[in-house]
Amino acid sequence: MNVLDFAHSFFGDPAHWHGYDGIPTRLVEHITYSLEALLLAAVIALPVGLVTGHYGRGGNALALIATAGRALPSFGLLVLMFIWLGFGLVPVMIPLVVLAVPPILVTTYEAMRSVDPSPVDAARGMGMSEARVLFQVEVPVALPLILSGLRTAAIQIISTATIAAYVSLGGLGRYIIDGLYQRDYEKVVGGATLVAALALATLALFWAASRLAVSRGVRGSA
Amino acid sequence: MFGVLIRIDAVTKRYPDGTVAVDRLSLDIPDRAITVLVGPSGCGKTTTLRMINRMVEPTEGSILLDGADIRQQPVNSLRRSMGYVIQNAGLFQHRTILDNIATVPRLLGWSKPKARGRAAELMERVGLDTSLAKRYPYQLSGGQQQRVGVARALAADPPVLLMDEPFSAVDPVVRKGLQDELLRIQDELGKTIVFVTHDIDEAIKLGTMVAVLRTGGRLAQFAPPAELLSEPADTFVEDFLGADRGIRRLSFFPSDELPLQTGPLVRLDADAAQRTARSDAPYLLVTDADGRPLGWAEPDRPLDRERLLDHGRPFRPGADSLRTALDGAVLSPTGWAVAVDGDGRAVGVVSQQVIGEAIRAAHGRAGAGVKAAR
Ligand SMILES: Nc1ncnc2c1ncn2[C@@H]1O[C@H](COP(=O)(O)OP(=O)(O)OP(=O)(O)O)[C@@H](O)[C@H]1O
Ligand SMILES: [Mg+2]
Repeated sequence: MNVLDFAHSFFGDPAHWHGYDGIPTRLVEHITYSLEALLLAAVIALPVGLVTGHYGRGGNALALIATAGRALPSFGLLVLMFIWLGFGLVPVMIPLVVLAVPPILVTTYEAMRSVDPSPVDAARGMGMSEARVLFQVEVPVALPLILSGLRTAAIQIISTATIAAYVSLGGLGRYIIDGLYQRDYEKVVGGATLVAALALATLALFWAASRLAVSRGVRGSA
Repeated sequence: MFGVLIRIDAVTKRYPDGTVAVDRLSLDIPDRAITVLVGPSGCGKTTTLRMINRMVEPTEGSILLDGADIRQQPVNSLRRSMGYVIQNAGLFQHRTILDNIATVPRLLGWSKPKARGRAAELMERVGLDTSLAKRYPYQLSGGQQQRVGVARALAADPPVLLMDEPFSAVDPVVRKGLQDELLRIQDELGKTIVFVTHDIDEAIKLGTMVAVLRTGGRLAQFAPPAELLSEPADTFVEDFLGADRGIRRLSFFPSDELPLQTGPLVRLDADAAQRTARSDAPYLLVTDADGRPLGWAEPDRPLDRERLLDHGRPFRPGADSLRTALDGAVLSPTGWAVAVDGDGRAVGVVSQQVIGEAIRAAHGRAGAGVKAAR
């Protein structure tokens, strides 16, 4: 049996399409964890990245935090949190958020730094407040890069959220972990395929979002 | 003639790293006129300009706007009352041309339709086709972007316009167009303009008053351009004005008092009898049936349109200066310049020698004969 056959029989089995271990349930669980982690990471990283980028200060500190964040192994962190905090949502969220913060933070900072300084100077010279300069001049131009940081974070979260299954939470990781444990390769392949498909769908979603949110003038100038 | 709108009073700017960019500068910037700040790179022009809208705060001294210290009002309301134009236009690439221009009216709380209506008016004023309104900055040429920059600065009708090398990034032909446009707009609107450039020709062309700054941010001379050319304060200013200062000065002398000769004018279809020169001009100026100049011909040869000598660039008495008249005479192989009316019809000719006499007379009247001869 090859991978395609595994996938075919996994998705072909009607039993996999309903119930608490059905694909819809697991998918929704996975998306929920991922979204929560992404939102949390964005709430932490976006404001810090925007403000430090706007004032051009703290770039070195950010780079340090980012490197540290990237060096932490998510799985190790999960196990640690699990031992420390026991079962639950929190030990899963912490490694996911720690994983997602660096790309958002660093890319947002870089995006803000790469904005052409002359419109910013013109905006101040015309009497725009700092908040207006940030949100009406810098962010619209930095948006493509900011979105790419969020996208990187989202993809990493989705692939890493499979580890939630280790601490007995749901998500698509359940198929992979249970499948490995039960030597049910159909399940493993099915789970992996679903994670990959979700990642692709996320890419498509970000592409659509950037088409909608980024001004034609910015896309054209790039 | 002008009141003082902006008074720069003993202002010094020392940057945190110790650089003294402006050193005890005092300038009275006249109302409703163009004041140009000119000088070599790094002499503090930009710093001076940016102190007027408080983008840079002076270390010492004060700046008064209409008699009141600029620090007395909130910084953003001060800036909204002063148009600001910078070198690369600094347009917002995510906004359409119309919305770029509408920026300050929107900041001032105008409704969107009103601000956009105003922006459309401004596009026409600065010579932009309104079909460009919905475009984005990247879809415009450098010269058009600069016009948008000027329109954006004028949108809320501020009394003051601050311009930092606004035309230095475009090619000479476009630059000349933009300069002419600025002078035309200024004729209509009568703003108080502070204009920074490192190009002395631009300074002389645009300035009602020109402030020459020297490195270290000190004022070398503050004078109308004609005076700058005739009486440079010192060798620094003289060197900065360049070697052809005498010729440039001629731009300020009118050509309407030149005695013109009409004797040498003949039509291409004139017969031999009509062609006898009725003056001391060694050549005849041949014109077409409408009187437009075609070229010079020798009086004793049959007229052949193909063999006329180039007549150089004609000048318009009244509209053009002695510089243009002299230029026409120098460019013409005969040494005579051609005068034309507004429709390009020849109204007379004048020799280099006569222009030379007129120049000497004008210098005499300007009372600067000795200095100019130096
Ligand atoms: N933010 C700053 N910090 C330190 N020094 C500065 C700063 N801005 C300008 N300077 C220095 O102050 C001096 C005057 O600068 P300024 O920009 O006003 O010159 P400028 O006449 O506009 O020159 P240019 O024609 O090259 O634009 C220069 O020596 C410059 O290096
Ligand atoms: Mg400058």
